[in-house]
Amino acid sequence: MTTREPVLRGQGRVVAAVSAGGVLGASARYGAGLLWPTAKDAFPWTTLLVNTVGCAVIGVVLVALTEGRRRPHPLLRPFLATGILGGFTTFSTYAVDAQQLLDHGLPGKALLYLGGTLLAALAAVWGAASATRAVLLEREVAE
Amino acid sequence: MNWLLVVVGAAVGAPLRYLTDRAVHSRVGFGFPWGTLTVNVCGCALLGLLTAVAPADVRLLLGTGLCGALTTYSTFSFETLKLAQNASRGAALANVGLSLGAGLAAAYAGAGIGHAVWG
Repeated sequence: MTTREPVLRGQGRVVAAVSAGGVLGASARYGAGLLWPTAKDAFPWTTLLVNTVGCAVIGVVLVALTEGRRRPHPLLRPFLATGILGGFTTFSTYAVDAQQLLDHGLPGKALLYLGGTLLAALAAVWGAASATRAVLLEREVAE
Repeated sequence: MNWLLVVVGAAVGAPLRYLTDRAVHSRVGFGFPWGTLTVNVCGCALLGLLTAVAPADVRLLLGTGLCGALTTYSTFSFETLKLAQNASRGAALANVGLSLGAGLAAAYAGAGIGHAVWG
């Protein structure tokens, strides 16, 4: 028999932090879309860049928060990673943009977008996480 | 006004992702990122539907705001990296394949339902 922890109990502060971060992240994504709008059937560069930048930053933030020697404030991860970066990056716009390109008879562009975002995002998170880990290690050695 | 719609949608979407992730993991454990997969696929279906049939202000509230904050690429990529480093490359590849395959299928399904129900 397993005992399940209630999903909502004691989560008020975390939910508020995630919500506030999500608002900031989504606002930044919406602002980027207003500054660099994507024309119909054009390659969705803005969403690709937003997602790639968000993946690089989460690589830094999560490694710094979970592998550093100092214990961070418990609301920092929900606010920064789950909230801001989760709200900033988007998977739904990625999939629906690709679906629209496919629907409009642009399979080459759709595949390039699907594969290009994936590779850029994974390279960004891997590079950022590795670099942050190296910096943390260097600091530990120096101390 | 447009910005306010995005804000309200995101204020609900982001915690909905967090709580869904918790609920999914309390049932299936932490071996595979099923929680992120769940919110991403649901968000793709809803955004597919909205993009097909919803007016602009509804798309801002529920699309850019709610679906945008409900779904996440950053957590998806970080969890894929973690799988590759701690579990196996096969698990990481499975996460990528399932997320992209099910996400696209859900976007099509959402658009199809939208057209079928609302024309």
